[in-house]
Amino acid sequence: MGLNRKDLLGMKDLTAEEIQLILETAEPMKDILRRQIKKVPALRGKVVINLFYEPSTRTRTSFELAGKYMSADTINISTSTSSVVKGETLKDTAKTLEVMGADVVVIRHSAAGAPHILAKHLSVSVINAGDGFHEHPTQALLDMFTIKEKKGRIRGLRIAIVGDILHSRVARSNIWGLTRMGAEVRVIGPSTLIPPDIEKLGVTAYTSPEEGLRDADIIMVLRIQLERQQKGLFPTIREYARLFSLTPERVKLARPDVIIMHPGPMNRGVEIAPEMADCVQSVINEQVTNGVAVRMALLYLLAGGGNPHETVG
Amino acid sequence: MKLLVKGGTVIDPANKLYQVADIFVSNGKISAVGQDIREIGAEVINAKGKLVMPGLIDMHVHLREPGLEAKETIATGTRAAAMGGFTGVACMPNTKPVVDNRALVEFVKTRAESGGVVNVYPIGAITKCSEGAELAEIGDMKQAGAVAVSDDGHPVMNAQVMRLAMQYARMFDLPVISHCEDLNLVAEGVMHEGYYSTVYGLKGITPAAEEIMVARDIMLAELTGARVHIAHVSTAGSVELIRMAKKKGIKVTAEATPHHFTLTDEAVGGYDTSTKVNPPLRDAVDVRAVKEGLRDGTIDVIATDHAPHTSEEKDVEYNYAPFGMVGLETAVGLAFKELVAPGILSVEELVRKMSCNPARILCLDKGRLDIGADADITIVDPELKETVDVNKFVSKGKNSPFDGWELSGLPVVTIVGGRIVMRDRRLIV
Repeated sequence: MGLNRKDLLGMKDLTAEEIQLILETAEPMKDILRRQIKKVPALRGKVVINLFYEPSTRTRTSFELAGKYMSADTINISTSTSSVVKGETLKDTAKTLEVMGADVVVIRHSAAGAPHILAKHLSVSVINAGDGFHEHPTQALLDMFTIKEKKGRIRGLRIAIVGDILHSRVARSNIWGLTRMGAEVRVIGPSTLIPPDIEKLGVTAYTSPEEGLRDADIIMVLRIQLERQQKGLFPTIREYARLFSLTPERVKLARPDVIIMHPGPMNRGVEIAPEMADCVQSVINEQVTNGVAVRMALLYLLAGGGNPHETVG
Repeated sequence: MKLLVKGGTVIDPANKLYQVADIFVSNGKISAVGQDIREIGAEVINAKGKLVMPGLIDMHVHLREPGLEAKETIATGTRAAAMGGFTGVACMPNTKPVVDNRALVEFVKTRAESGGVVNVYPIGAITKCSEGAELAEIGDMKQAGAVAVSDDGHPVMNAQVMRLAMQYARMFDLPVISHCEDLNLVAEGVMHEGYYSTVYGLKGITPAAEEIMVARDIMLAELTGARVHIAHVSTAGSVELIRMAKKKGIKVTAEATPHHFTLTDEAVGGYDTSTKVNPPLRDAVDVRAVKEGLRDGTIDVIATDHAPHTSEEKDVEYNYAPFGMVGLETAVGLAFKELVAPGILSVEELVRKMSCNPARILCLDKGRLDIGADADITIVDPELKETVDVNKFVSKGKNSPFDGWELSGLPVVTIVGGRIVMRDRRLIV
């Protein structure tokens, strides 16, 4: 059974069953990554286009490798400017890609909703690889895969997300996905970086990490962008680090078996103390590996069809 | 040319008339209103079962000419107005160049006379190029025919400049129409700040960005004694501020748009850029407050803020699209659906807000069906249903989120100065 949808635009609209299916499909994919010859023919003859309007190393490479391991032909289109700046509308860009024969278009864009425009105008699958502050569903899926791998479950876990919640698509996608799978989600950050009405999404908001981290099973640290300080959202990087950085002392407030996650790229010494990024509880590097597996699963489910075990095995 | 509008329900609040009557028009003027008028040789319009009212006036329209003719022209914009039942529109000066001097006011009037089909009332800029720094030649523009001044779209951020503008405009009894928006608070926002901006991941615009300026301009109106008109009121806080100001006797009037009393910020969900307007679509509490403001008289006027854009400008990412939606061709239908049908406004009150009050605020000799008055008449069929199809809009702008909506209560005849410009939902000019 495949996913009964053309596109993956966000976690908000995924059912628990769909999330379950994606996570289960990612398990055999991870096995492929452990093999000597990391290649299966599942997507042979399929074309995956990575359309990146925003700089990205991790996500773009992850999608590219995921496609390649599945034998799809992958193409990367990177542009530092938006289609508007180039003078072409996103709608026209979308049509161009379609007539070139793309089967899946993966899009990263600084404007929220850009994947939705693409999906509306394309008959092929669109995967949102991050749009503005809106969603980053594959990051949430790989985070959930990692949590499940480490903890054996998601339901009932206490998960604390620390940092710039306001501008974070990773936070939003994780909130939708994790709450749907039965986790208790807390968000922690300075009051100027907590979005309005965030608690209506089913989370509890804290401005004190000392309170919010207490008894957490999982800590997800978000990247702080220097630009936010320049816009006056907090006084200095120094003060941010003093009040919110994930230090060994703060980690001690969480459960002894807590795991530490970060979607990358990290600002060591800002949102996370260097020793915490590298400690035994950190699963930051495994998140990256799992990202490839989850993206293989998604490409397979959206573009492949058929029984994954038959084709993959 | 003689016209006889027969058997309609005539609603003329200025003359306290609400009854079935005939209206006889000759030489562009209303020459009789009464029962069973018979006139041989007059063209008869059967208005039985329909509502006959003084011509509607939209005091907030962007006709885009000069300079932005790809979006709209005076010819197309006034035709859209005629389709929407409007016999007159006041047009905002944020064209290219900005209408900030006599020559441009005269240009708009000349173009309207040669190519327009409804009355056009130019609004002049408050400041030169609407840059918010130096006053424009307000007196000269008034003499050339400007009916108000406004830097619509470019709020006058400097309170001293606004104060001087009000003091100066008062000398000519010109209303100052204020687009209330604190640009620092807007901070690149594209939609209402609240639950949905959090969910959709778009930058929010707090209601305070509007309310702070509403409060400021009310205080400046009190200080200067000028007449201030608050454009496109969108928040509960603004409604409350205006309500208090009116109680204190400050000379403030206000308008609301059909989209602000119809849609909430939830409509932004599909990233349809036709929902991107300034001020933004607000939440359900604000929408209720705007409706209550219309009901209790705090908000005097329904105006569309008709803001046409080209499809290439609007068919882009939400963040990059310009603000604005068209409104002329859906205003009456939305007002009937959202205000008249639920009993928030009577038809008579609606006529006040769409004809009498804009005429009064702009000091136009309009908005009444007096004998001898210009024969500007709108006829509405309260039962007629139509599905909105943006591709059938007469306006060049197709940027409307109401595409596919079924509306009932639609203008069926528009008469401007005794000339029929729209009949049976078709332009005849």
